[in-house]
Amino acid sequence: MLVKGVNEPDFEPPYLFPDYRATQLRAPKRELVRLPEEWFHHSRGPAFGRVPVRPDDADLTRQHRGEPLGERIILTGRVLDGDGRPVRHTLVEVWQANAAGRYVDPSDTHPAPLDPNFTGAGRCLTDDDGVYRFVTVKPGAYPWRNHANAWRPAHVHFSLFGPVLASRLVTQMYFPGDPLIPLDPILNSIPNARGRGLLVAKFDPETTEPEWALAYRWDIVLRGRDSTPREA
Amino acid sequence: MTAPTPSQTVGPFFGFAVPFDGDANAVEHGVRIEGQVLDGAGESVPDAILEVFAGEQFARCRTDSEGAFHFTVAKTAHLEVFVFARGLLRHLATRMYFPDADLDSDPVLQRVDPERRHTLVASPAEGGLRFDIRLQGEDETVFIQL
Repeated sequence: MLVKGVNEPDFEPPYLFPDYRATQLRAPKRELVRLPEEWFHHSRGPAFGRVPVRPDDADLTRQHRGEPLGERIILTGRVLDGDGRPVRHTLVEVWQANAAGRYVDPSDTHPAPLDPNFTGAGRCLTDDDGVYRFVTVKPGAYPWRNHANAWRPAHVHFSLFGPVLASRLVTQMYFPGDPLIPLDPILNSIPNARGRGLLVAKFDPETTEPEWALAYRWDIVLRGRDSTPREA
Repeated sequence: MTAPTPSQTVGPFFGFAVPFDGDANAVEHGVRIEGQVLDGAGESVPDAILEVFAGEQFARCRTDSEGAFHFTVAKTAHLEVFVFARGLLRHLATRMYFPDADLDSDPVLQRVDPERRHTLVASPAEGGLRFDIRLQGEDETVFIQL
């Protein structure tokens, strides 16, 4: 039986959340198998070393000849384990729409302009303090066909590994004050307001660079105990 | 203790960002595994991305327009499998066992209903192995609570 600590709130969304229509035929209906906590917390996670990470992958505004349109932003924060310790040298992948709300992905048919100077994909490794940092432009909102007049709030997709099987995380980061946030079924699949708040970045005036870019800070906590190897 | 950051779906538009060159091949020469991801209506899932891993081996494969994926891995006892897709608010975890695995002594399979164990075992196929993933419905793949 997987035992969750009494002090560890769990804000994970369910697999089935009918308001997000695509879950209806994709959420498993049978009960999931529960394995012992050892498997969950101590099994090694994917070895991500084959995923290429170049130093300039963390600056999404410098991947083309010119600069992308939109509001230049710095996205930074720390990646921590459940005990608040930094998760060092772990892979962080991000992807997003451009400032007009359009993805480069060929399956995106939203009639908003592509930006020849913006792909919207980045990677980096956290540093010795678990810090990641990206430079990008603020993504736009975009429509989706989940329900009438449905629009996704502006968001950046994040993918993180961490050291153990439990720590793998794919999620989305939202921007503070976005009026679409209360209306979004994907974010509202998290049943608790505090849990939803964990996905909203904070404006960071300290990190904001004068005459250059606004900064947003978003810390990420990965699941799994004992994620930092002990000294022998 | 700090609350873990909740999961959100990988969405439909990851194909330009998450795949990488050679991502489906954990090794250059090994066992080829092919399969398809299917939803509760038996329709293929063209917007999923899978990760398999075991020890130092790691591979990633996005499904194609038919929901099909493939991996090349070195033979091992089993692979851990993660499934990400539009419509999955959290990823799903499962395992793929090789056809010759000792299914009766495996500690994880001991916890799986014997009638459903076959959903975790690849079958021999031309050129390698076949392993389909059914997210829902008849013969739903056994998934592990994360």
